[in-house]
Amino acid sequence: MTGLTATLRVRREEFALDVEFSVPAGGVLGVIGPNGAGKSTLLLAIAGAIELEGGAVSIDGVALDAEPERRGVGVVFQDALLFPHLTVLDNVAFGPRERGQTRPAARSLARSWLDRLGIAPLAHRRPGGLSGGEAQRVALARALAVAPSLLLLDEPLAALDVEVRDAVRADLAAHVRAFGGVTVVVAHDREDVAALAEQVLVIEGGRVVQRGTLAELTADPATEFVRRFTAGTSPSFPPSGSA
Amino acid sequence: MSRSSLAPVTRTPRPLVVLAVAGLLLLVGPLLAIVLRAPWPLMLEIVSRESALNALGISLGTAAAATGLSLLLGLPLSLLLAGAPSGRSSLSVRIVRSFVTVPVVLPPVVGGVALVALLGEGGLVSQPLADWFGLAPPTSAVAVVLAQTFVAMPFLVFAIEGAIRGADRRFDLVAATLGSTPSRRLVRVTLPLIAPGIAAGAALCFARALGEYGATVTFATSIPGITQTLPMAIYGELALGDRDAAIALSLVLIAVSVVVLLAFRDRWVPQVAR
Repeated sequence: MTGLTATLRVRREEFALDVEFSVPAGGVLGVIGPNGAGKSTLLLAIAGAIELEGGAVSIDGVALDAEPERRGVGVVFQDALLFPHLTVLDNVAFGPRERGQTRPAARSLARSWLDRLGIAPLAHRRPGGLSGGEAQRVALARALAVAPSLLLLDEPLAALDVEVRDAVRADLAAHVRAFGGVTVVVAHDREDVAALAEQVLVIEGGRVVQRGTLAELTADPATEFVRRFTAGTSPSFPPSGSA
Repeated sequence: MSRSSLAPVTRTPRPLVVLAVAGLLLLVGPLLAIVLRAPWPLMLEIVSRESALNALGISLGTAAAATGLSLLLGLPLSLLLAGAPSGRSSLSVRIVRSFVTVPVVLPPVVGGVALVALLGEGGLVSQPLADWFGLAPPTSAVAVVLAQTFVAMPFLVFAIEGAIRGADRRFDLVAATLGSTPSRRLVRVTLPLIAPGIAAGAALCFARALGEYGATVTFATSIPGITQTLPMAIYGELALGDRDAAIALSLVLIAVSVVVLLAFRDRWVPQVAR
């Protein structure tokens, strides 16, 4: 089986996540659900930041059960989380460097990623002075620079101003498509799902309530949440402040 | 809406104001007195005495060494207490934390006696060390540094632990997904992120070590030119009846502390995450 296969059972105090899904090779899965449904927990479990109580994750048939540093998973959070003490270039070079490349090689790879994302002029800036859209592009470049087999995006557009959001969304969609690996993107906005994801997984209360294309969800919403989400009334606002 | 933005509906009762002013005077009054009664014309002469310069040198040197030792031992301790990297604190961690708190609440002189019992002549650890390895109990500046570290290290540990807890742990996850191992993450991500907290903790620790008197004089005793720190010299001058000298040296100590605190003034408030 190529692509991502995941069975995730996680228990955290009052909350339990119990989901099962797969994404074909090169596919993009959107994950939606009300606040507290377990969307971020799902991503953290795949990344290896949360221990599974049961279940398994595999990518292209290979079990994904090592420590986070050996999973080959890239993550981008809504607040970018660029290392504040490193320049943009060194943020992107961080991964290649940690994976054993020399500093010049890591930096030249980082420079090529900045070029691809159209942010080469930012190379020597500090993250503190970047706009939200710039920071998110850098975060994406940083995640892609280590050639992950799986890309996890946690509401990557939620922190952006409306004016820059459309542009970043279009770029993000293009790069996710060019990436070629499996992408799982948590989204809280119909537009984001429409631009990024082929299939949508709806979770509520830690369980899958519906799965399908956005068109299928719109035509036959399984729950009130899905009906309002597909109608574009942004039911999960206000966006969660943190993961 | 913050609570402070609510308009006061009642006036503060008068007796409360009187007590509050009295409390403030008790805090500010002594400082005012020491400045007003300072022997300004004699300052330079008193401060440049050999005994004073020796004491200042010993104080600065031992406080710096105690801060260094506290960083070496306290940084790993604070990482452990903060539960890095898991973020969980087990029962054993909570027990360790209460032990770290002890020197903060312990009367310094009792701390000094405890150090004597452990490391003094015939002490719990110093006796076997002497019997087996011929090691003499710590005297001189080493004893001063040990006593100051005992008293001051908790301040460093708690400042750094607070900084670690305040840092966003998702940075650690991001670094991990980029292929960084736990020890590399500590060096390349966690420590740089908490650097302001480390600096603040070191400054607090240095200030506390510089002012330490009780535990140090009890354990290391006051030998001029060897273990006599500035606080000991100040007490000595006062005991000998030279109040001018005591006040002059106190002002030197205040000046050094103020310089240290000003240098790190901006670090006290935790940096707001961007």
